[in-house]
Amino acid sequence: MVQELAIPLYEEIESGFNKLLSEQGSPKQESNSLRQARLSAFERFKEMGFPTTKNEDWKYTNITRFLKDEFTIAGTDHSAAGKDTPIEEPVAAILEQSVIDSLDCYRIVLVNGAWRGKQAGEQYPSGVQLFTVAEARLDPAFSGYFERSNEFEKNHFAALNAALSTDGLFIRVDAGAAPDKPLHIVHVYTSTHNLLVQPRHVVLVNKNASLSIIESVMSEDGNSKIFVNSLMEIVVQPDARMDHTIIQASGKALRLIQHITVRQRRQSLYNNFTFTFPGADLVRNELSVRLEEEHTESHLYGLYLLGGQQLVDNHTLVDHQKPSCHSNELYKGVLLERSVGVFNGKVYVHKDAQKTNAFQQNNNLVISKKATINSKPQLEIFADDVKCSHGSTVGQFSEEALFYLRARGIGEETAKALLINAFAFDITEKINIPALRAHINHLIEDQIPVTTEDLV
Amino acid sequence: MLSIKNLHAEVEGKQILKGINLEIKTGEVHAIMGPNGSGKSSLASVLAGRQNYNVTEGEVIFKGRNLLEQKPEVRAREGLFLAFQYPIEIPGVSNINFLKTALAEIRAYKNLPPVDAKEFLRLTKEKQKLVEFDARLVNRSLNEGFSGGEKKRNEILQLAMLEPELAILDETDSGLDIDALRIVSKGVNKLRSDKNAFVIITHYQRLLEYIVPDFVHVLYDGRIVKSGTKELALELEERGYDWLKEEAHGKESLEKATI
Repeated sequence: MVQELAIPLYEEIESGFNKLLSEQGSPKQESNSLRQARLSAFERFKEMGFPTTKNEDWKYTNITRFLKDEFTIAGTDHSAAGKDTPIEEPVAAILEQSVIDSLDCYRIVLVNGAWRGKQAGEQYPSGVQLFTVAEARLDPAFSGYFERSNEFEKNHFAALNAALSTDGLFIRVDAGAAPDKPLHIVHVYTSTHNLLVQPRHVVLVNKNASLSIIESVMSEDGNSKIFVNSLMEIVVQPDARMDHTIIQASGKALRLIQHITVRQRRQSLYNNFTFTFPGADLVRNELSVRLEEEHTESHLYGLYLLGGQQLVDNHTLVDHQKPSCHSNELYKGVLLERSVGVFNGKVYVHKDAQKTNAFQQNNNLVISKKATINSKPQLEIFADDVKCSHGSTVGQFSEEALFYLRARGIGEETAKALLINAFAFDITEKINIPALRAHINHLIEDQIPVTTEDLV
Repeated sequence: MLSIKNLHAEVEGKQILKGINLEIKTGEVHAIMGPNGSGKSSLASVLAGRQNYNVTEGEVIFKGRNLLEQKPEVRAREGLFLAFQYPIEIPGVSNINFLKTALAEIRAYKNLPPVDAKEFLRLTKEKQKLVEFDARLVNRSLNEGFSGGEKKRNEILQLAMLEPELAILDETDSGLDIDALRIVSKGVNKLRSDKNAFVIITHYQRLLEYIVPDFVHVLYDGRIVKSGTKELALELEERGYDWLKEEAHGKESLEKATI
């Protein structure tokens, strides 16, 4: 292992892994191949260690200061214990905040990455099967979903998750099923001591099915630091559709590494909306969408509105492997106070992927003089009959627009709020669930008026 | 209502206004004419509070208070309105939301109760009719993709909604065809009353056929070089500005000679 004395977490990880392997109970019941996959993922992590800024993919995101605290690895048996324990008080308060007004939806709650399972009286979408990963990984029918290793080859955190994760949520949508309402998944993170949580989720949308999930990432504003290293793998089968909205509006002291890989099959559609608001000290969203078969369509929309001293990094990959696929990506950022944003978007068009349409755009509104944005759009094309474009802009408020609004009696703060909303509008107008759109607009408005520090 | 005394202003170190004196009373309509670059639009900008104009001398009193000390939004709430020569396009801010926000902030400033949704709708419809503003444009983004004429009519719609005491129309006639000109003028004439005043900045006498001014001033080289009644506008239409330029330079050289 790359030994860096400044990171006590290495030792905790080593002992955590040994404990996991030697433990009586669930890991022992895993298939041999899954145990092998864990071992090789762990070996890979040991080789790589945690990323530093010397690593090209982490050049602008220095995570050293977020790793230097002591963390305890979340218990491997929390899912079993969680089943019957009632939700604690502080969690209840957070849950209330997570409610999306007048959204008609199914709702499930994961506390520290674990779902307590189906509860009597609760409703679940028909045609959708929900399991805990704690059970699914022991089921030979599902274990294949946890064994793939290509994602972990280059990704430090994905490898670490694959080695150590024991629980999470497994969603399977039956072929042809189309649930009537979205599924709202609330992730609550809470702890009285510093904690490393590594949830592992799988979403499988079978042929001709459709699924809409909304994930809210919430946490308390406590003193204990919670480091979340989450991994989600999504497969969208032929002719299926998935709408995926992620709302990151946690409290401070949360460090969130969120790795999502999407594999799309023929004529499937995947829509992703990622919203990041002030709160978490560190957010790294790693979203890889692999268009593995022909005629797929993917839309990636991101809005990051950052404040405080947040460091938020959106890393996306759109991997066009086959012909006649369409991808469209638009990420917009508003940077307040001393926040730092990173956008790194790569579009890769393989030699085979003729007739590809791929568009990517990143626009930033840097409001505070003390905020920073690093934007790096990348386009790598190996096919010759494609339509691709990419671009990136960084700007400030338009003085002319601001004056026009003020000349009509609109105060400076309100005028700035209107302009921020207008900037975000390109993203919010794409949300096709009105209650969700209203919720996001409220979250934007909550950050406004911009603080006096920003009125520069 | 408005009293401008010896107003000097510069932009980026360049002297633009060189001693403007003007008195405007309620119920009056003043036209300000003058050749390009004479400082007409600069005067409007200074009055509305546009940044990067630096007042170096003189004062402006609006309704008994020092206008130049007030932020642009306070000037607007106090009842000053500038119809922009080039209205700004703001994608993502709907016209209707813009009007609603402006009206709400102005009423709050005046300690008036907010207008409820129903009343606001009624008011908007009424004023839209006044300027023959296409109802479909109201829900669109502010000025985005509007034609030149639609933008100017939108300015007058805002004027009608916000009911200012002093409205400055900065070359509202530029880029308008004859029909649009008639509509805009009709709107302004309906809004004229003994409680408000208008300053019409224009190049051409044409607009003044529709909106008949009480006074006409000619601005040249940052100063008002001649004031008169509406007949002055007609004279300018016939003779152009050159005779006034000569007169102004003559006076200047005379002054210099005296010194």
